[in-house]
Amino acid sequence: MCSYIVEKAPLVGSAKGRKGWMRIDTANVYFDHPYHSTLDHVLAIDFTNEGEGGRDRVAVELSAQSARALVERILAALASGEAAHAAPPA
Amino acid sequence: MSYYQGLQAETVTFRGHKGDQGEAYYARPLRAGRFPGIVVIHHLPGWDEWIMEVVRKFAHHGFAAISPHLYFREGPGSPDDIGARVRAAGGVADAQVVGDVAGAMAYLRGEPNASGRIGVIGFCSGGRHAYLAACTLSGFDAVVDCWGGNVVVDNPKDLNEKRPIAPIDLTEKLGCPLLGIFGNDDANPTAEQVNRTEAVLKRLGKTYEFHRYDGAGHAFFNSTRDAYRPEQAMDGWRKVLDFLHRRLAASAASVAAE
Repeated sequence: MCSYIVEKAPLVGSAKGRKGWMRIDTANVYFDHPYHSTLDHVLAIDFTNEGEGGRDRVAVELSAQSARALVERILAALASGEAAHAAPPA
Repeated sequence: MSYYQGLQAETVTFRGHKGDQGEAYYARPLRAGRFPGIVVIHHLPGWDEWIMEVVRKFAHHGFAAISPHLYFREGPGSPDDIGARVRAAGGVADAQVVGDVAGAMAYLRGEPNASGRIGVIGFCSGGRHAYLAACTLSGFDAVVDCWGGNVVVDNPKDLNEKRPIAPIDLTEKLGCPLLGIFGNDDANPTAEQVNRTEAVLKRLGKTYEFHRYDGAGHAFFNSTRDAYRPEQAMDGWRKVLDFLHRRLAASAASVAAE
């Protein structure tokens, strides 16, 4: 179905798009029909800078299963990375 | 030549809601004659390649078809990026869509090849928009709703400033015959919601045809998606074209060439 449900995630970061690197302040996240994927529904994320008008974006369309797996890998990377960076020098 | 095929398809400019000037994709047969018109309304993700294929398909079958870019005000840019911006802003207002559809209808009427009879078709959110437009605007001779979700609104929270009224509540004003195409596995509209829409049409004495397909869900015409169901889609297209040819009474010249 076509829904208008969008989860907005404020964030701090950068993304590389058509024009090179840009600062981003928002991720618009939704689960709906894709524009490019052949899947019926995708978990889509548009990384934008709404503070600058939000005209450019870095977009991904993921299957639900791979999106959930990605969430796990993000959390795992954060956990291991933060642990490694917090570890005292050998 | 007894079977000449040719069409012209291009981006044109039209005047939409409040006279705003925007883009539309327009296709018509190249042969001589007067052709019935069809306004083609795209789905929520935007004005994409598939909807342009649909416009050309109608021209192939003897119609002059136009698909207004409902998000043109958010341009310039690629239709997918513009569509993403519109989604993030909560979609476009119904009143603006209806104004743009009226503008697209006026464009068709202004073309020298127009037969004077015009239909409107929409897919997905565009199906809802088609239903809404046919209940709001005068001048349409036929409407086709392809799996329009939220024609029936069960949760009042889904009504807002942009979409203040459930289209089903405007059915009394429907002024032309309606064709509905639905997949029985669709989640929006569900088969039960389609039944409720039909009950309202029947109660109000409206002229309508509903066709429901087993083994199909949402957007089963869309050949770019896994949702595509070739058998059901081919039958559905036959129903759509037959309905529009009958209701728009294509001119003798255009019918003879098919």
